[in-house]
Amino acid sequence: MSERIIEFRDALREAMTQEMHRDPRVFLLGEEVAQYDGAYKVSRGMLEEFGPRRIIDTPISESGFAGMAIGAAMLGLRPIVEFMSWSFSLVAADPILNNAPKMLYMSGGQFGCPIVIRGNDGAGGQLGSTHSWCVEGMFSNVPGLKMAIPAFPDDAKGMLATAIRDDDPVFFLESERLLAMKGHVPEGDHYVPFGKAVVRRPGTDVTLVSFGRPVHFCLDAAEELAKEGISCEVIDGRTIRPLDIDTIVQSVRKTNGCVVVDQSWSFGSPGSEVAAQVHAHCFDDLDNHVMRVHSSDVPSPYAANLEQEFLPNARRIAEAVRSALYVA
Amino acid sequence: MSSVTDPAPPVTSGGRPLAERTSATPKQLHEWLRQMLLIREFEVRTMQAYQDKKIGGFCHIYIGQEAVAVGCIAAVQHADPVVTAYRDHGHALARGMDPKYCMAEMFGRIGGCAKGKGGSMHMFDKPNNFFGGHGIVGAQTPLGTGLAFAKKYQDEVIDGGVNKHVTLCFLGDGALNQGGFYEAMNLASLFDIPVIFVVENNGYSMGTSIERGTSMSHRIIAKGEGCGLTGYEIDGMDVVNVYEEMKKVADTARAESRPAMVDLRTYRFKGHSMSDPRKYRTRDEEQHWETGDPITRLRDAMIEGGLIDEDGFKALNKDQKVAVREAITWAENSPEPDISELHTDVYVEKFGPYTGTSQPQIVTDAEESR
Repeated sequence: MSERIIEFRDALREAMTQEMHRDPRVFLLGEEVAQYDGAYKVSRGMLEEFGPRRIIDTPISESGFAGMAIGAAMLGLRPIVEFMSWSFSLVAADPILNNAPKMLYMSGGQFGCPIVIRGNDGAGGQLGSTHSWCVEGMFSNVPGLKMAIPAFPDDAKGMLATAIRDDDPVFFLESERLLAMKGHVPEGDHYVPFGKAVVRRPGTDVTLVSFGRPVHFCLDAAEELAKEGISCEVIDGRTIRPLDIDTIVQSVRKTNGCVVVDQSWSFGSPGSEVAAQVHAHCFDDLDNHVMRVHSSDVPSPYAANLEQEFLPNARRIAEAVRSALYVA
Repeated sequence: MSSVTDPAPPVTSGGRPLAERTSATPKQLHEWLRQMLLIREFEVRTMQAYQDKKIGGFCHIYIGQEAVAVGCIAAVQHADPVVTAYRDHGHALARGMDPKYCMAEMFGRIGGCAKGKGGSMHMFDKPNNFFGGHGIVGAQTPLGTGLAFAKKYQDEVIDGGVNKHVTLCFLGDGALNQGGFYEAMNLASLFDIPVIFVVENNGYSMGTSIERGTSMSHRIIAKGEGCGLTGYEIDGMDVVNVYEEMKKVADTARAESRPAMVDLRTYRFKGHSMSDPRKYRTRDEEQHWETGDPITRLRDAMIEGGLIDEDGFKALNKDQKVAVREAITWAENSPEPDISELHTDVYVEKFGPYTGTSQPQIVTDAEESR
């Protein structure tokens, strides 16, 4: 079987395109998604393929069009909302946090909200404090939503296709830094189930757990640490809600060590949640407390050197691993 | 010259005989009178139940505004979506919700329309195409645009026909100052979405009079016109007038697939919520509006037109009191939600502590009776 290699952004588009052919209730709306071909070219060509009734350019009006999509989802449509950046979702906080994840509960099961909200998340492009949000920490706090963060092109397709078919609201976090990444992506139907983490690199000395782009930082760190004779098992969590704690626990019981790497701020974050759950499940298995590597607890800086240091980069991860293993 | 902060002058629909003013049949008029009496009685009993601590949380009473919900909802078809804010009991009842589900919801019982998980501000009725009941001021306005968008999408993109629906999105005058409302109007106009933003202009956002909080308060439809919406100013204290005017607005919005904004002048006879002593307005003002009680207006017009007599009115009113009493009894007998309901309806999918979702009795009863 030939290994077809495409970019992360093309994999995202393929998921949307295939699901839109399958289901006429699926449509895409957002800023510059149609005539401009998408601010990051994720939706390139989709206007020609599906027309302006299903590929909808919106004004810069996140609260309005997110709320509109949620209303449409209440009536059974399956909108895909593209935020050019998750940083812009903050002006839409009420619809995406108060309406989408709570509608099913507040209506006693009458109205669900099968919506996908997707866009770029995370620092790394020298965009400064306002445009570099990692919303994992803030939004994963809310029950009723699912949160998916693909790290590889095949997952980009398989997880987005799953998100579109999901009956619950899915917050789908992409990284602009990964959009040009190339990889093998299956043609045709490809669905990656939610709540199933995957071991990206097997190892024996310590478990690294991460989501999205920092998975690559973990793999870089593991490569460096291997030269020092330290064997890291790298787990790509894929979805934060649902969280596959079982795969993580299984690994930690084998390695007896755990470092959680999360690009959101440390205070009240997926990283702190994973650490707490690992402590609860693996209290007698751990040789040290769970270490955490996050973005630094400061606003995202602009200067390139500061931003690189701000991120949970491979050097900081390696330092945490050595510390976890009591290696001086 | 009026200032941009002057309050709006009253819009009056005149006192001409019913036969000259409406094409509504006697049966329709009786039904509107019945619905308004039902809402009035329901709200009186709701206030009592709140004072008896059978109802908790925030509770907003619709007394005084009955003609708005009843007249507007009568002017559209049953398949047309309706969505509103937190003062929502009247809309739910006018849409056809059995009062027992509404009362049980406020009592926090499993028989409530949302299994007791929503409360007073969050009424939902899927069989009657009623989409809430939304607690945050203005939050329902983008949803209203989305509901209308979805109906048009179903009619035109999926079914390949032309738009057949119009959506009623109610809001209070307090929501005029929320940003989301402007975004909702702008999108509706850009995309030719047939949603009618019905502003129930009762003159107060909580304790702030409209001229203290809203620019252009003498002519709020200018805000819709700024987005290209046709604006209408309507006397909201006369159900016949509301129906006649709203019928034209709805028929036009449906046929042209365009949004509209309506300034419906009305008054809430009670406070903003149950905890409001109403110190921000005068007793004279309240009495002025109470003389225009929408129920009295329709009753008097129907008596004058020979459509009902005093005894008939009393009998109709008594029937509504009985219906509400039965609703209260039903609600009291409905059990509290089982503790297992805490983790139900969070996600459709079952995983971890979440047990999936199930339909409330208001839906299963409707399916059985179909």
